[in-house]
Amino acid sequence: MVSILPLTLENATAHMRGKKLVGPLSLMLAPKGFTMVIGPNGAGKTTLLRLMHGLQRCSGGSVRWAVPEAHARNRQAFVFQSPIMMRRSVADSLAYPLRLRGMSRAAAHKKVAACAESFGLADLLENWAPMLSGGEKQKLSLARALITKPDILFLDEPCASLDGRATREIETILQQVQARGTRLVMSSHNMGQVRRMAQDVIFMLHGKVREHSDVEPFFSAPSTPEAKAFINGDIVE
Amino acid sequence: MNGFWEAWRLIFTFDPNLYEIIFLSLQVTVSAVIIASAIGLPLGAWLAVNRFKLRRYVIAVLNALMGLPPVVVGLFVYMLLSRAGPLGGFGLLFSPTAMIIAQVIIITPLIASISHQTIRDLWAEYHDLLISMNATRAQRIMALLWDGKRALLTATLAGFGRAIGEVGAIMIVGGNIEHATRVLTTAIALETGKGNFAFAMGLGLVLITLAVVVNLLIHIIGKTERASTW
Repeated sequence: MVSILPLTLENATAHMRGKKLVGPLSLMLAPKGFTMVIGPNGAGKTTLLRLMHGLQRCSGGSVRWAVPEAHARNRQAFVFQSPIMMRRSVADSLAYPLRLRGMSRAAAHKKVAACAESFGLADLLENWAPMLSGGEKQKLSLARALITKPDILFLDEPCASLDGRATREIETILQQVQARGTRLVMSSHNMGQVRRMAQDVIFMLHGKVREHSDVEPFFSAPSTPEAKAFINGDIVE
Repeated sequence: MNGFWEAWRLIFTFDPNLYEIIFLSLQVTVSAVIIASAIGLPLGAWLAVNRFKLRRYVIAVLNALMGLPPVVVGLFVYMLLSRAGPLGGFGLLFSPTAMIIAQVIIITPLIASISHQTIRDLWAEYHDLLISMNATRAQRIMALLWDGKRALLTATLAGFGRAIGEVGAIMIVGGNIEHATRVLTTAIALETGKGNFAFAMGLGLVLITLAVVVNLLIHIIGKTERASTW
């Protein structure tokens, strides 16, 4: 199957009620890799992810996939900062994306069992999803996003409210997912996590991409004073 | 008190005339609730997930229709179904079907309005997820109805409560004909008119018991408390 990537943004902008949120943004995401989006609060990280995924309407410029938009929509997934739990069991929550794609209930639940096993959710299948702990909810969100084997997965600060152990579990899963060829784009405030996981970094400020480079040169020799200050933990305004 | 005890005697001796009235009440009301739910629940969900120009006005009208006066509905359905009316040819006036039609008109706005409010809150919660999963409009509505089903039971039960206790409209379109269109509420009205207050009170108790039992049964079957997070 032809990959939906690369993803190209050309002067893409997003507005909300007349106010510009981000843009103009121009960048390209290659078919493989792990991109991390960083920047201070309000820099536009979440909006950039939502714009790429199609949750935020593009008010100017373009967001283009390698395949027609209609085909690309079904081959990407999004994990939200606050996990959105459907009011159903873990098993039914995991089966839902498969059922949306027309898979029979029996086939979907067969796949759910295998998926739950690999995500450490096998013992929770009959549990009510909204009753899970924070870490379990985020793992379920991740499993639900990945069960359809998307070409690209967007993650909006998935570890923001998790403890070290849960964060480690999520990171391990993400490394495995990336090794299997899924393109990952994730926002984070955790510089340690960025150093551990990222292959390239997008640094955002005031709704614009200030820097987009490989992780090593970004941390060793940032090209903008704002990025340098941000890496050093200074307040960037 | 004789009439009151008479009412209970009729209940416990399974008086065929009384049980005919009870079963007809249930038949008419349950049919109306099923039809009104089939219209009102998807309509409420559709209004919650769609944006269109007159949406706000449609919702305002729907909310206003919750207070539709039953006698006016009865009059409207009567005119519709009477010989000279546009649907007179079907010969439905003074039949249980006419009573069901009137009840459907009365309770559909109630069910649609309550379900709209429930689904609107759930839609705010699910919006990003369902859009992200590329669910079609119909799939979104189905997911919201399914996941909101316990809350939507309240909408359905509100409809049931209004329908089972309704008298004005069904008296007009049903005619309160013995062995044909007499239900608990119209029987109570008749007995009250005849001065049989105690018997009417007994029938009233049956009506209340019926409403409570149906509500309890639906809550038990629907396991409404299962999803509590506390």
